Amino acid sequence: MSLLEINHIKKSFDGVEVLKDISLKVNEGEVLAIIGPSGSGKSTLLRCATDLEIPDGGEIHYKGRFGLVFQNFNLFPHFSVMKNITDAPLKVQKRGKEEVLKEARALLKKMGLEDKENAYPYQLSGGQQQRVSIARALAMNPQILFFDEPTSALDPELTGEILKVIKDLASENMTMVIVTHEMNFAKHVADHIIFMDKGVIAEQGTPEEVFSSDNTRMKEFLGKLSKEQ
Amino acid sequence: MKISIMAMISQLSGGMIGTIGIFFATLLFSLPLGLLVAFGRMSKIKIIQWIAKVYISIMRGTPLMLQLMVVYFGPYYIFKIQISASYRLGAVLIAFAINYAAYFAEIYRGGIESMPVGQYEAAGLLGYSKGQTFFRIIFPQVIKRILPSVTNEVITLVKDTSLAFAIAYAEMFTTAKQIASAQTSIIPLMAAGIFYYIFNLVVAVVMESLEKKLNYYK
Repeated sequence: MSLLEINHIKKSFDGVEVLKDISLKVNEGEVLAIIGPSGSGKSTLLRCATDLEIPDGGEIHYKGRFGLVFQNFNLFPHFSVMKNITDAPLKVQKRGKEEVLKEARALLKKMGLEDKENAYPYQLSGGQQQRVSIARALAMNPQILFFDEPTSALDPELTGEILKVIKDLASENMTMVIVTHEMNFAKHVADHIIFMDKGVIAEQGTPEEVFSSDNTRMKEFLGKLSKEQ
Repeated sequence: MKISIMAMISQLSGGMIGTIGIFFATLLFSLPLGLLVAFGRMSKIKIIQWIAKVYISIMRGTPLMLQLMVVYFGPYYIFKIQISASYRLGAVLIAFAINYAAYFAEIYRGGIESMPVGQYEAAGLLGYSKGQTFFRIIFPQVIKRILPSVTNEVITLVKDTSLAFAIAYAEMFTTAKQIASAQTSIIPLMAAGIFYYIFNLVVAVVMESLEKKLNYYK
């Protein structure tokens, strides 16, 4: 069953076409990684998929709720860790306090942050903040979780802890769409990879298919990356 | 007739109450009104935006003393409505509230516009309504950001209350000046000065403790 279906969406900013006729499908339990060079439109695609941008054309169909983990966390600085996680379930979903608190504590434990529930975001490292923001998104019980370059704002030594959390979620069959620059991670966690370039899907398939593709732009992109590393 | 210092102080204390009354009533009305004007100023509807802009421009561009006189004498000069002495306080409060609302509106606007868009996006994705987003997420953070500018404005307000002198409302300064000329003495004016100074010391201490209270997050 597909939880997300995007059909022929287009998006331009000031006359520059950033997305040209993109279609994709995400099935339940699937992890989709979107890779590609900067300016390829992958973030815009994610922002359209999460309603942060309105596409100029095309259709987006969801089944169920979705959550988004931002590159720069966007935690609420005036709320404690606990309140960041519980406020929306309590005030938006109007669920019972006991149930929400119990679930939040379980999420914090899963994120390895059980001792941080009364801390404020500024007291946490970037990696811890990102884990709180993942817990905040999960507390809404989304059917799909989107990640917008979840490790790009983190120091390299903190990337691993976030990637591990996402890996764990994947092993629990969480449906996820992840825009990422971490090629190794995409290779190992994703079921399906989309390579975007200049506003189109230039290549897609299983990790094996995409990483061994003959597509010149894909090869160029991977070549550049390996030179950097 | 010369009167004792004690008698002066008891007369001045009447003015003191007048000043404190103007001060609190002005804050009570102008702080919420200012937020409303700020919303108008940031409205997507051009005409509302324009009205708020003109309003702020006039309130900030003309002397408060003149605004006081217009509010107080306007009803008579324009509509020939007989004004009673009891309208004095009303006129003072109206003039101060609408004047200070304009300044507060711009402070609110600066604070609201300084909020990162990510806070709105995160709130929107979590399903908060527009009202919830503003009052639960945005506004509490705005208060922290604008508190230093608000303190400035509040300290100015303490001193500005003396402008009610222009329509002979019996606040501290009006009373002090009356006693000073009647007694040919500088003491009432000195006493008034000390009063304003201490009032502002208290304001500064209160605002500082408020800022400290909001320092629980960054």
